[in-house]
Amino acid sequence: MMLEMEHLSVRFCQGQQAVTAVHDFNLKMDEGEVVGIVGESGSGKSVTAHTLMGLLRRSQVEVSGSIRFQGVDLLTLSRQALREYQGKELSIIFQEPMTSLNPTMTIGAQVEESLRIHTRLGREERRRRALEAMALAGLSNPQALYRCYPHQLSGGMRQRVMIAAALVLRPRLLLADEPTTALDVTIQAQILDTLRDINRKEGTAILFISHDLGVVKSLCQRVVVMRRGVIVESGSVEQVFYHPQQGYTKALIAARPARKKLMGGVEHG
Amino acid sequence: MVKTLAKRMGLLLLTLLLVTVLAFLAFSIIPGDPTSSILGVDATPEQVAVLREQLGLDLPIWQRYWNWLSQAFAGDLGTSYNFRMPVGQLMAPKMSATLLLAALSFVLIVVISIPLGILSARHAGGWLDRVVTVADQVTMSIPNFVVGIALTYLFGLVLRWFEPGSYTSATRDLAEQLRYLIFPALAVALPRSAMTVKMLRGSILSEMGQDYIRTAYSKGNSQSSVLWRHVLRNAMIPVVTFLAMAIADIVAGSIVVEQVFAVPGLGQLLISSIGNRDYPVVQAIVVLVAAVVVVCNFAADLLYRVMDPRLKGR
Repeated sequence: MMLEMEHLSVRFCQGQQAVTAVHDFNLKMDEGEVVGIVGESGSGKSVTAHTLMGLLRRSQVEVSGSIRFQGVDLLTLSRQALREYQGKELSIIFQEPMTSLNPTMTIGAQVEESLRIHTRLGREERRRRALEAMALAGLSNPQALYRCYPHQLSGGMRQRVMIAAALVLRPRLLLADEPTTALDVTIQAQILDTLRDINRKEGTAILFISHDLGVVKSLCQRVVVMRRGVIVESGSVEQVFYHPQQGYTKALIAARPARKKLMGGVEHG
Repeated sequence: MVKTLAKRMGLLLLTLLLVTVLAFLAFSIIPGDPTSSILGVDATPEQVAVLREQLGLDLPIWQRYWNWLSQAFAGDLGTSYNFRMPVGQLMAPKMSATLLLAALSFVLIVVISIPLGILSARHAGGWLDRVVTVADQVTMSIPNFVVGIALTYLFGLVLRWFEPGSYTSATRDLAEQLRYLIFPALAVALPRSAMTVKMLRGSILSEMGQDYIRTAYSKGNSQSSVLWRHVLRNAMIPVVTFLAMAIADIVAGSIVVEQVFAVPGLGQLLISSIGNRDYPVVQAIVVLVAAVVVVCNFAADLLYRVMDPRLKGR
């Protein structure tokens, strides 16, 4: 088992007040698996991903339970030891491609940053690998983009740059935190294709977080439904979508707009 | 880019021209006449008339302005009524004192405020940050000449680290000049530094909350490499612009603080020349200060474009 999250609970503390964001979360993932977490905003799905990634400020949250990644409990690691995993074994892409890149750093420097942090590779080799990762992420002209700045790129391209930067060290697990929510539908479909390709070619496991049931259904093998910080239902995509056991899941599925009606009967690809 | 630059250059020259017109007009409006300070109050009307003709004061104002302007373009700033020597020659030694003071002040501002701003932001909310913030508020609200008087009292009279009023530009020894000027420079620098610290701290903290910082952490960056590689580059953009514009303010501040520390710089010359209605000198100093202000604004604009890739090519 590559990843085992057991009884994970996350509480945000501010002064005397504490809010539970995630309660008793359990998830197991194998190498190369694609698992989705769905839920409405505030259901705790992003917090779960950020906790796994070690991005929450330890002074502001109380985390209990365990996150065993390749046998090591990430929650017991020091910040320094955790950094060895960040960007190397575990990577993340975010919802906001427009603001997730540093505006004053070139695309090339941002894609190869993990290489600079985790390896002792020379400049030329780093560049070669960065260009390779950019091609893998579906960027068609890596050489030209290498010297560009984020503002010169469209939202879809920036998300591809984020993917390239996340994949440059070929992590075992990619966390995708609503990566297509801010993009329009055509671009969204293309990015999903790219993620599917990466999973097939590189064997990278993907934990895909979304509120969009359709997207999760088309990409994932298994799915976890969350509501108010708790897992409501989980299982294979077929199970959950075609034979939902819980009322909430049924309501969530029923709440999806009927595609035919919305698109005037035209299927989109 | 070239087009923008040319446009800005044109605007720069126009601003300077306007400043000279305003300075000329202001002087023709205020009462007083250079002849009375040169000849004394007992001069006969004939003597005054002769001198006025000599100085060209009998001409209409637009003609006087035109004469001055065409001479200035040829590099001749005129002759001081009072000192009977070319304005350029008169100003040169004074200018070096003022510029040295301004340069030293600028260095002090950078040396004081950048580390303090970073330190304060890094430990935001901690005791160090609180001390800096309070000290900042206090320093910011005291005018530089008051700081100058306080420094003179403390370091000059109590601690006797320097002898107030002992500065002479005749002392050719640069080290000695700097040793004296460090105190007036501190007076000029402190209020500005306080503002810069406040600005840098705010700028760093706001950058730290940006999404790209989260990305940087997710790649395995340590806290300090996030600060040095990601935050500062972005946080410095507004601060550098602010500092470039502050240079103009420093020059103006130096002129006031010179009085407190008896530094024979442009400030003293300016004030005595206004009193004596020594038009050519005043005009030259006003143009010089205006030129510094305008050029610094221009430089700030350029720096902004260089540092922020989003503005390149615009």
